[in-house]
Amino acid sequence: MQEHEIPTPLRKPFFTPGVFVLCLLALNGLVFLAGRFIFGFAAVTNLNNQYPWGLWIAVDVAAGVALAAGGFTTAALGHVMHREEFHAIIRPALLTAMLGYTFVAVGVFSDIGRWYFIWHPLIMWNGSSALFEVGICVMIYMSVLYIEFLPIVCERFIGRLNLPGPLKAFNRSLEAVLRVLDRTLERTMFIFIIAGVVLSTLHQSSLGTLMVISSAKMHPLWYTPIAPLLFLLSAISVGFPMVIVESMIASRSFKLQPEMDVLSKLARMMPPLLGVYLAFKIGDLVIREAFVYLTEFNTASVLYSLEVVGGVIIPLRMLLSPTVRKSPPLLFTAALLVVLGVLLSRINTFITAYTPPYATHSYFPSFGEISVTVGFFSLLMLAYRFVVLNFSIISVPHEQPAPRAKYSLRRTGP
Amino acid sequence: MTATFDRRNFLKTITAAGAATALATPQGAKAGPKNILSPKRNGVLVDTTVCVGCRNCEWACKVAHDLPAEPLESFKDRSVFSTKRRPDENALTVVNEYSNPRNTELPYDVKVQCMHCDRPACLSACIVGAFSKQENGAVVWDGDMCIGCRYCMAACPFQVPAFEYGKAINPEIRKCDFCAARQAQGQLPACVEICPVEALTFGPREELVRVAHDRIKRSPERYVDHVYGEYEVGGTSWMYLAGKEFAELQFPKLETAPAPGTSEAIQHGIFAYFVPPVALYGLLGAIMWLSKERKQESE
Repeated sequence: MQEHEIPTPLRKPFFTPGVFVLCLLALNGLVFLAGRFIFGFAAVTNLNNQYPWGLWIAVDVAAGVALAAGGFTTAALGHVMHREEFHAIIRPALLTAMLGYTFVAVGVFSDIGRWYFIWHPLIMWNGSSALFEVGICVMIYMSVLYIEFLPIVCERFIGRLNLPGPLKAFNRSLEAVLRVLDRTLERTMFIFIIAGVVLSTLHQSSLGTLMVISSAKMHPLWYTPIAPLLFLLSAISVGFPMVIVESMIASRSFKLQPEMDVLSKLARMMPPLLGVYLAFKIGDLVIREAFVYLTEFNTASVLYSLEVVGGVIIPLRMLLSPTVRKSPPLLFTAALLVVLGVLLSRINTFITAYTPPYATHSYFPSFGEISVTVGFFSLLMLAYRFVVLNFSIISVPHEQPAPRAKYSLRRTGP
Repeated sequence: MTATFDRRNFLKTITAAGAATALATPQGAKAGPKNILSPKRNGVLVDTTVCVGCRNCEWACKVAHDLPAEPLESFKDRSVFSTKRRPDENALTVVNEYSNPRNTELPYDVKVQCMHCDRPACLSACIVGAFSKQENGAVVWDGDMCIGCRYCMAACPFQVPAFEYGKAINPEIRKCDFCAARQAQGQLPACVEICPVEALTFGPREELVRVAHDRIKRSPERYVDHVYGEYEVGGTSWMYLAGKEFAELQFPKLETAPAPGTSEAIQHGIFAYFVPPVALYGLLGAIMWLSKERKQESE
């Protein structure tokens, strides 16, 4: 009997000891976040006039956007290039991107001082501002991600709507709405998918443009006019590793077999992507003659080396080996290294490299800042768990092929 | 496996989507904050060899901007010079003191405030365009627009804008506004007006550049031959004369290219009339269509 991989809501309990720990971390973060909104930044963060941007911009926003890149790279692979063998990972990647961008938005909301004016960029435009472009693109892309997710919601509820009590009367009309929505989306989804890829390339690169204007304050190891290109290349190369890490953590958490056949195929595409990124990163360093700063021994040179050697060169070498690509623990290690490398590259660009001319001390995030970042991450994991338990996201083996094909997922079958 | 949409429909929709994006372009590309570079814009020439460090300007500035100010008497306290201070949300200008190697009795005093760049990084960076460069030379902040993202602070090469980190509601970005309101009423900036030794010269920037070079020419032994702000980051409205190297007075060493230059070139390159994004959209559409066709043929 042939087995078919079909996305299915997982039948597992929500609460486990791990989930309990995540809840505590989330709660801790929310307490500090409340402190920020009630008493201001000074009470919770180490931000000041010397260091206007800290952990929240570097990790919650910049790294968050980069690590959600799995959404657009898998969409490009699966939908634009029609590589159907990868369809099993598109839904989890889409969910990660959707939740990731949601928390990026929440992170921005928490980091801006006048949060009640967060809608201003929609009507007050500054075409020369890289941040304006990032803001607008992220807003539109987040909407696109929600639209891409809608078919999964329709699929879950069509024919199964069962509102309680007096709301029962709406069941039939809501069902009709869902069906129309589903059919419309099926015909137009390709517009959103392509738009999602274009928007991603735009704002992933513009995140790199952000610190170009601060050239005088940037450490030469990271200040480069091709920063937008490096940001885009690193986002593209971190997309698949992120999918691998996330898929393997989910498999372990839900006690499923890791989908090694798909993941190994993904891993084969990573060395070229990492290689291109590495070539530009090193080439840029050589052309700008900034490599002289690596001969010094200080925080900057150590963190730069860690970012490039630990985050790019070692995983690149590992992934060239078929043994690594086929071994779950080794593949996980290599993918995790890439993810941590990109995380470090964003921290380096926004924090390590930032040296204001009149600095009296260096910046290190406060306990409150770290708590909020960890709290957001925990909330994201909890939301992910909730969604995969209730919607058809993760593919599990079935004996029967899927009943019908859907644009959002061409179910693999004979 | 059946197609969920036919090819003609696909092409039609993709063209429409492209056209819609292209139509939205011109306004988008031009949108931005007011940046008037009037030939008559004002400036201030700060002669750090004349300043005596009385700090009256610090007091006058606070009074003019409704900031909490101690009585004028307390500003005579010279012990503050033991540390180097920076303008912040409660003091838009401060004076620092540096030793004079030629005459220890006459230290150099340097007044610090916003430089009012001709090509301000804050203005270029601001996500909503809350900064504007006025005709009178002032770079001012608009509290009705600002969302508090603090990108202006990250962008400023002089580390000037300050933020009210202690306030949860309506925190402001604070920096010297060149007394734009007073200028509009024909008054001098408060600091210039109160300066007892005429260390600050207010006037059209063009003229101040001439005055500065004239002073250097007349007393070359008194000044280093450099007008700080004449060319730094594309020129600033406030300019400085000094008796020793500007680096020793803690002025940042900056290039003559405007601070936002590279960043704006990248932005406008990526968005050149939306051609690159639309082209990418078209390319991806074509790949999608072709790969779909191949898929169907192989089936």
